[in-house]
Amino acid sequence: VTAVGERNAIVSGVGMSQVGRKIDRGPMDLTLESALRAIEDAGLTRDDIDGLVTYPGAGYPLAQAGPALFDVQENLQLSLGFFRSSSEGPGPIQAVHNAALAVASGVARHVLVYRTSTRSVIGKGKLDPHIYYFGNHYWADPYGGSSPSREAVMATRHFHDYGTTREQVGAIPINQRRNAALNPDAVFRQPLTMEEYLNARMISSPLCLYDCDTWGDGSVSFVVSHRDYAPDCPKTPIGIEAFGTAVRTRASHDQREDLSTMSAAWESSAHMWSRTDLKPADVDTAHLYDGFSFLTLIWLEALGFCGKGEGGPFVERGSRIALEGELPTNTDGGQLSFCRLEGLGHLREACLQLRGEAGERQVSKRGGTPEVAVVSNGAGVIGGCMLVTAGVNGSA
Amino acid sequence: VADVAEKVWPEIPNRVTPMVTELNEFFWTGGADGILRMLACEDCGRIIHPPSPRCPYCLSARVSPRELSGRGEVLTYTINYQQWVPDQEPYVIAVVALEEDDSVRLTTNIVCCEPEAVSIGMPVEVQFVEWDGLHLPCFRPAPGAPA
Repeated sequence: VTAVGERNAIVSGVGMSQVGRKIDRGPMDLTLESALRAIEDAGLTRDDIDGLVTYPGAGYPLAQAGPALFDVQENLQLSLGFFRSSSEGPGPIQAVHNAALAVASGVARHVLVYRTSTRSVIGKGKLDPHIYYFGNHYWADPYGGSSPSREAVMATRHFHDYGTTREQVGAIPINQRRNAALNPDAVFRQPLTMEEYLNARMISSPLCLYDCDTWGDGSVSFVVSHRDYAPDCPKTPIGIEAFGTAVRTRASHDQREDLSTMSAAWESSAHMWSRTDLKPADVDTAHLYDGFSFLTLIWLEALGFCGKGEGGPFVERGSRIALEGELPTNTDGGQLSFCRLEGLGHLREACLQLRGEAGERQVSKRGGTPEVAVVSNGAGVIGGCMLVTAGVNGSA
Repeated sequence: VADVAEKVWPEIPNRVTPMVTELNEFFWTGGADGILRMLACEDCGRIIHPPSPRCPYCLSARVSPRELSGRGEVLTYTINYQQWVPDQEPYVIAVVALEEDDSVRLTTNIVCCEPEAVSIGMPVEVQFVEWDGLHLPCFRPAPGAPA
């Protein structure tokens, strides 16, 4: 790697709206709330914002995508040199990637990134092979395929190949529920026991109710700025050390070579580590996609925190991934227990932990706040990840 | 060739009908005679799925549907218990590798079989299911497999 351009970008501001299982507020209302909080958090005003990015953007149902860029630009009366949404790429994290590339290239200086979700709207009508990426839906939904079944077939193969058990996977939602109890914004805060987990209603074997995330309403926003703004940040600036955004082999749900894992997670993880001198052992906290608990296990393997197929023993009993463990994971409760903030809630929590703003759930490392965090997004065929630091390190 | 007149179970009422295009019409409609057809390259011989106007391996434009044995093996599966419609029975979604080339897979249902009897490595054979004017290739246990 000759240049790591994303190191010219920092996260200068973080904002979140009211969040909940079902709240009676619209997508624009929630978006403006999180956006204005992020701008203020960055020590800026809307007049400083010259870039605007979201994921996946107009064209997707409003409830899934949030308001369109043009509508947010209109509502905030923004003067933009760069505005872009994209849905095809390495998951929701591509919104932050787009913003970082914009400030690194000089086309913008302060980019507002938002991600808003307000419940699902299930479409009716025939499946169109042209609009659903990689045939995720097209080749599975005629067979009663669903979001859980697509990940469940991967879990079945992992259980078969590596001896992974439900008790092992269950440590992930149980740990996250424990973390959520310390998060005043979390939707589910009551303790979850292994007995409750093992007896839960099966959704799509081997995934049960508690393996599925919590659909919710909410918006999260960030300001991504050029690194030369770092000295002026009122809060600890979050350095972007490296992104992992690769796709290298057949990404298809059923045609990819190894059905026991996510090739996208492995390829993005390898890409990220190739762009930094940091190693998995340098990571203090992990914020890994958990639309289904099993996906977090896959990301732990792909990112190199344990060997391939060793995710079950790694998470077993939850001590390693606990707040006080060697790799505190999904410390806000994640999408399983906090709220489904559509991937980018994980970046917010990473920023809060690195700033020491995580309250009762704050992680302590070496007697202080964590210095390095990893964030991943993606399920099935899509995956992206990023490594972030407290303060700006190294050079591009 | 399986008897297409036989009652196929379980019912899966939450199927979504795929839009048929010029590229995949043979796949969704070609099973009326009980024979599984998939696109194949006339130059390098490989089976191509999903269908593409050019072979992804040798880039030849000489591609056409080929009749296959309809036999395969379960690579992985899940039993869906979630009732997407009221009173729905559990059903199996599986990924089946084809006998002719195990890198070619179909996401499908294992039918005419107790869901709990399905296992990785189970030999299966095609069993078309009529749905909305199409013939969806599903699979049933091959003779001799537990069911």
